[in-house]
Amino acid sequence: MKARIRSTSWITAVVTLAAVTLSAGRPAGAAPAAVTVEITDFAFQPGTVTVAPGTTVTWHNDDEESHTITSTEGVFKSEALEGPGRFSFTFTKAGTYHYFCALHPHMRADVIVR
Amino acid sequence: MKVDRRQFLECMAWAGTGLVWAVNGGVLSSRTLAEAAETPGTDFTFAQISDTHIGFKGQPNGDPVATMQESIARLNARPHAPAFVIHTGDITHAQKPGAFDIVAENMKTVRTERVFYAPGENDVFLDGGKEYLSRFPGSNGRGWQSFDYKGVHFVGLVNVLTYKAGGIGALGTEQLEWLERDVAALGASTPVVVFTHVPLWAVYPAWGWATADAAEALGYLRRFGSVTVLNGHIHQVLQKVEGNVTFHTAMSTAFPQPAPGEGPSPGPLKIPAEDAHGMLGVREVSYVQGQAPLAVVDARLG
Repeated sequence: MKARIRSTSWITAVVTLAAVTLSAGRPAGAAPAAVTVEITDFAFQPGTVTVAPGTTVTWHNDDEESHTITSTEGVFKSEALEGPGRFSFTFTKAGTYHYFCALHPHMRADVIVR
Repeated sequence: MKVDRRQFLECMAWAGTGLVWAVNGGVLSSRTLAEAAETPGTDFTFAQISDTHIGFKGQPNGDPVATMQESIARLNARPHAPAFVIHTGDITHAQKPGAFDIVAENMKTVRTERVFYAPGENDVFLDGGKEYLSRFPGSNGRGWQSFDYKGVHFVGLVNVLTYKAGGIGALGTEQLEWLERDVAALGASTPVVVFTHVPLWAVYPAWGWATADAAEALGYLRRFGSVTVLNGHIHQVLQKVEGNVTFHTAMSTAFPQPAPGEGPSPGPLKIPAEDAHGMLGVREVSYVQGQAPLAVVDARLG
């Protein structure tokens, strides 16, 4: 059951990414792009998302344990998210953003903006 | 004092924690005693409580305050009060507002003189340790500390303030230099007890269950005849013997975690509350002059 949920969220992310890519050339006023990262079993999934500038990434904590979304470079920092908590950040500048969970620093992932 | 093998095995038998791991020196769970008899000839005892995680709510424990109180009742039921109590961190769950106060109030009900603390990552991650250090400044405002009690030297170390991405626990150069100075003047026969949150041996680094610069710290302690290292963080009893150093990780009073590497994550074991209850508990440590290592008895709830 869990595996199915996970692959669904993968598909959601891929579809959303496709939408982001398509919307890159759209005129101003297009709906803002959005991408979701799930936190399940102490892992960010997908571990790397690639988005266009202006995209809002939202993290969903599906674990019962608290987790944080903490930028390694100090760009963004959530409080401790309890499941089913959410945290969003809008990426305006191109670049590679590394982040981790400050409570469980073995949990690492990236957002690539380009 | 150098303890020979025969004495060591006698101590282990007397501590009731079994001969198996003493002989093998491997990593095995101890046999725990729900109602341990008092150790004969005890000079003093102290207690360890760990990972109270006040603020946690979820499977398998909806009420960690209640299980903390039950653990305290267990300590208060012992024939002699512990001289002091050591709390080895994760006092709070993710620095939930009010959690430090709840723990402080409840720790006042322990029949003991004093409580010493070491921080867990849950106690410091949000504000870099500001609130923790204002409550428990340690020897120099940085949280680490040492004190002597009836001939035993106690050292409390902080290994959760330098968490970085992909990182594990770490002590840092400044603390290591302090430790080196702190133990420099002690005779090698002084029993040393070290308490901290994250294990000082590499239990499972992939889950952050290790301290990066522990080897330097242990290097300063290797010359001592008896070193006992007590920690929390991994919510289960594991032991290891390395020369004269014995390592003991402790149970949580809030929720158990999986054995190292077993399962997809180190998250709380998702088991029925009544099963989890028996995997929570506290620890009593007895010191008998001239005996080493110290006798460690883990008492489970339920």
